[in-house]
Amino acid sequence: MGTMFARGLKRKSPEDGEDMEGGLAGARATPSYSLQRQSLLDMSLVKLQLCHMLVEPNLCRSVLIANTVRQIQEEMSQDGTWRVVAPQAAGRAPLDRLVSTDILCRSAREQEGEHPAPDVGDGHMADLVPGLAVVPSAQALRSPQSSLWEVDSSRENRGGFQKSLDQIFETLENKTSGSVEELFADVDSSYYDLDAVLTGVVGSTPSAHASGLQAFASAAAPPPSSSCRSDLGELDHAVEILVET
Amino acid sequence: MQPLWSQQAVPRAADIISTVEFNHSGDLLATGDKGGRVVIFQREQENKSRPHSRGEYNVYSTFQSHEPEFDYLKSLEIEEKINKIRWLPQQNAAHFLLSTNDKTIKLWKISERDKRAEGYNLKDEDGRLRDPFRITALRVPILKPMDLMVEASPRRIFANAHTYHINSISVNSDHETYLSADDLRINLWHLEITDRSFNIVDIKPANMEELTEVITAAEFHPHQCNVFVYSSSKGTIRLCDMRSSALCDRHSKFFEEPEDPSSRSFFSEIISSISDVKFSHSGRYMMTRDYLSVKVWDLNMESRPVETHQVHEYLRSKLCSLYENDCIFDKFECCWSGSDSAIMTGSYNNFFRMFDRNARRDVTLEASRENSKPRASLKPRKVCTGGKRKKDEISVDSLDFNKKILHTAWHPAENIIAVAATNNLYIFQDKVN
Repeated sequence: MGTMFARGLKRKSPEDGEDMEGGLAGARATPSYSLQRQSLLDMSLVKLQLCHMLVEPNLCRSVLIANTVRQIQEEMSQDGTWRVVAPQAAGRAPLDRLVSTDILCRSAREQEGEHPAPDVGDGHMADLVPGLAVVPSAQALRSPQSSLWEVDSSRENRGGFQKSLDQIFETLENKTSGSVEELFADVDSSYYDLDAVLTGVVGSTPSAHASGLQAFASAAAPPPSSSCRSDLGELDHAVEILVET
Repeated sequence: MQPLWSQQAVPRAADIISTVEFNHSGDLLATGDKGGRVVIFQREQENKSRPHSRGEYNVYSTFQSHEPEFDYLKSLEIEEKINKIRWLPQQNAAHFLLSTNDKTIKLWKISERDKRAEGYNLKDEDGRLRDPFRITALRVPILKPMDLMVEASPRRIFANAHTYHINSISVNSDHETYLSADDLRINLWHLEITDRSFNIVDIKPANMEELTEVITAAEFHPHQCNVFVYSSSKGTIRLCDMRSSALCDRHSKFFEEPEDPSSRSFFSEIISSISDVKFSHSGRYMMTRDYLSVKVWDLNMESRPVETHQVHEYLRSKLCSLYENDCIFDKFECCWSGSDSAIMTGSYNNFFRMFDRNARRDVTLEASRENSKPRASLKPRKVCTGGKRKKDEISVDSLDFNKKILHTAWHPAENIIAVAATNNLYIFQDKVN
């Protein structure tokens, strides 16, 4: 990995677009740059997870990593490479939609019961309608006292909006369809909600614009099943403890 | 004349040193470590019969400042690691310092006792009470010399004022107040009052989801007791005047260097994050440390620094690896020499850098037992950035990133420096008379 980034990642400034010929513009579009950028994104997401397993996350570090992830997402949306993800449940026509945080964390049963969000074009993240309220299952939160970032290794548990790589690979084994690439394609775009990272709040869809996020927050759809309501309550309690104390 | 530095071997500390600070006279040097201990060294007085021991620092006092704690509400441990030590100016025979971990600041009094009273009327020499009926005569107790004892006692405990991790404390020039800063807030304390503190800066957003910037360091102006600065993770410094408003959320001055668009990368913000800010002794300048450089700012010019010194520019091409192994988040400190003519900061591989501002020269030195004999002069080091590596040069890929010098201190008046390399403390003195 070190040699891959030997010269550091660079991106051209947006204004230079049309005037550049080859050079940086070309470099930005090369698959190698996209791969590097994607790899940096994945690395950052893993870091954000790991830091929540420590005693108490270093807030400065978390904020800096989260900002880096935002930057990458922003650039990817401008590129048009920010793809939407098809649902994992088998037997359903894949719909283009942006899924919020932990599509990988939900069991197949939960996913089948959900209503798909309306189609969202690439990059129009501000127009997101939260058709999916992502809710961790009850097993993810053992108790308000336990750290929200604890990883539950049970197979049944698909809750918890932060997953370790182990859990991602665990999910891989459960998949009935799709190749590994497809799963990692999901990892590409179904990224972990940065804001959730900082606040411990799930249920907000990703957005590059704070205003979009606020709009969402006020228009949040209710969770699809009643069992999720109690989870939300428990989650709120845990969030309060983590954030507000 | 360029100073030649000689090294004093100091016994290994039990734990990783997390802060180093000279007191105002330079006679005392305090270190704090990850285990919550404070070790204070004292400079030996000049002694004609032992000329080599002149100016050597020996252990003066050791005490446990902070213990590990457990926050039951959050189910999280509170580390006992000492983040910062700041001395109070000396006002009597005793010495006072503030030491802080992530959550609690303590005021310690360090005093000497070299006499004890003998000949009490009501108690025996071993402290037992005497039978009053046996006392037939009165005597006046006499003071007799005893072996020097240095005692440290906690005089004040300033607790429960910080939700986030304390990164800085700074004693005001009024000698009555001090500030403590965490990631999102700065509080003002009176040294005598522990149950109240005044919040003077609060950058916590109403909605934590909007958090994109944190406070990284803060310091009071050395002479103007109403002025302080704080730095941020976005590479900005805000100067605040407490006279203008009670809550200093609006700054008086805003220092930020415009970004160079040609060097922009995904790591630009991280490496611009300021890890330390220090006023010059004169109060005219301040210095900031970010990941790759040290910058000197004129307080009268907000648009850009007046000096920029590259600490280890050869790391710019390695930023992704340094991001991967988390080194990019290392917080290096910086310090001024007593006359403000030189500045110093640490690097990796136990290297530290000194910049002579007047002569516009800089040098890289190494804090290492293996490479220098005690009292021998330090040899300048060089990192080879590419091409043929000359003899005695070290290539970038051979640098040991686990050997980081984050904490350094400079004697307030003389050319004596203290360098903390993991759990070793090095003291270097200028040989040139």
